[in-house]
Parts: sequence; C-alpha cells; structure tokens
Amino acid sequence: MSTASVRSAYWTGVRHGAPFTLVIMPFGLLFGVVGSEAGLNLVEVMGFSVLVIAGAAQFTAVQLMVHEAPTLVVILTALVVNLRMAMYSASITPYLGAAPLWKRAIAAYFLVDQTYAVAHARYEARPEMPLSERLAYFFGAVSPVCPLWYAMTLVGALAGRQIPPEYALDFAVPITFLALVAPALRTAAHVAAAAVSVLLSLVFAFLPYSTGVLVAALGAMVVGARVEFWMERRA
Amino acid sequence: MTMPSWEIWAVIVAIGAGTFLIRFSFLGLIGARKLPDWVLRHLRYTPVAVMPALVAPMVFWPEATGGAFDPPRVSAALATLAAGYLTRNMLVAIAAGAATLYGMLYLLA
Repeated sequence: MSTASVRSAYWTGVRHGAPFTLVIMPFGLLFGVVGSEAGLNLVEVMGFSVLVIAGAAQFTAVQLMVHEAPTLVVILTALVVNLRMAMYSASITPYLGAAPLWKRAIAAYFLVDQTYAVAHARYEARPEMPLSERLAYFFGAVSPVCPLWYAMTLVGALAGRQIPPEYALDFAVPITFLALVAPALRTAAHVAAAAVSVLLSLVFAFLPYSTGVLVAALGAMVVGARVEFWMERRA
Repeated sequence: MTMPSWEIWAVIVAIGAGTFLIRFSFLGLIGARKLPDWVLRHLRYTPVAVMPALVAPMVFWPEATGGAFDPPRVSAALATLAAGYLTRNMLVAIAAGAATLYGMLYLLA
C-alpha cells in the first residue's frame, strides 16, 4: 500500500466527517453557553469538552450539578448515557483491533457518535481496506468534528455570560435532548423505551438526589430490550 | 451551582476517565470477542432510556416558572419531538422547538 492511498483515505474521511460540522457547531456552542450559565468557569467548561468529549453526557452532568445531585449520582448518570459507546467499541474492534495499542487508545478517545457512524459504515462497505487506510480514514473523519467541538465550546462559554435570562435558555437543554432522541425513535422498541423513561421519571421524581433518572433509565432499557425480543419472535 | 471547584474537577475527571474506559473497552482490552446478545439488546436503548427521563421533569415542571405547568415549554417540547421524529434531522428539530418556544413566549407575554 502506498502513502498516496493512505493520504487519499484520510481526505475521504475528512469529506465524510464534514457534514457533521452543522451539528457540532450549534451543539458545542450550546454546551459552552449552558455550562457557563450553570456557573462553571471557562477552564471547567473546556475541561468537560476536552476530557469527556461526549455532548449528551456533558449536558446530563451539568444539568444534574445544577440540581445539586450528589457527585456519585452525577458521575453514574453521565456514564450510563455513554454506555452506548461500549457497543461502538465492540463493533469497531474487528476493523481496528490489529493496530498498535497507542493508536487504538487515541482512536478510542475520539470514538464519538459521528466518527463511529461514518467509520463503521465505510469499513462495512469496504472490507478489503488495509489497516493503515482504515486508521487514516478514521482520523480524517475526526479532523472536522472533534477540534470544532472544543472551539465551539470555547466560543459558547465566552458568549454565555452575556445572554440575558429572558432568552429562556433554561429550555435549551430539553430541546437539545429531545432533538437527539426523536430521530432515534426508529422502532416500536425505541418508542416503548422512551415512553417508559418519561413515565418512570415523573413517577420517581420524588426520589432524593435525582436518582429517579437512573431508576427510569434502567427500567426503560429493560423494556426496550424486552419489546425488541418479542418483536423478533413474532417476526 | 454550589459545588466547590475541586468537586467539579472530580466530576469532570471521573466522567472523562470512565467514558474513555467505555470507549477503550473492547478496542483496547477485550478484543474481538463478541458481546452476548442480551447485553447488546440493552445497550442499544441507553440513549432513548436516559435522555427522556432527564427531560420529562424539566418539561412538565420547569424551574424557570417555579415548577408550574408552562404551555410554551410543553408545546416547544412536543414540536421538537414531532419535527425530529418526522424529519429525522436534529437541527430541524431544534429549530422547530426554539421557534415554538419563542413564538409562544412572545404571544403570551
């Protein structure tokens, strides 16, 4: 394999990652704004985006911190949001598993929703792709997505302090979460899980320390899995 | 928030480390072994299981109104959900929700 084909794989990755800038820009901006409105300083907001680099979990953590949930509940709930990434990790391993450990570690850090989605689709479509090109493609897809996430967080955090309360930014988080969830309601099982999640979170809202969210999430996961199981048996 | 700075950093570092370990799990440690079906079946639903639970109380009992039911916020939530479901596009959903929220707040002001 030539360096030319590796370079071309990189640029293909860049091209395939580029459309996500449309999502990353407002989402990163919003996290910067919401984080600084919540009372985090600039370094803390950036700490989230650089060390966690997972929007939904970051919003979850900030939301729970504002509600004065205990530290352990904040950490656990945010990690439950990110559990889906274990699935990404498992499904990308057949394609990148032969790379040296340090490259796999860097790839793991950048394994976000968008880079996973394009890379997995590409690897499935081109099983003959050599490892060097797979890695180049992956880091190509990372390039327009992840640095922009940091940059837009910074812009949002700097702008956030200047936004007055009548802009009702308290509602930016629910709208963002619903906008993430709605397109994911692909099957009856997803709809059932989401409905149970809403119901249980309202029923268990009285539980202390925001632990109702965890109870609702676990219940909803079980229901989603059960419904999927029944649908498959019926099919 | 009233959290001291060291605790904020504890949260950031713990979530960062935990998230990295989740991403690194199979790629770095477990290798190409397959996850059992029942585990995959549950993992598939983590986003739709967690996020609605976080959102529902904020929609029905928003803090900005002191927990009182607020028609603009509930309508905005429904508009976001409907637009996102129908178009499968996150940005369209956000735009629909924001337009509904500001429209209703303006009309009812």
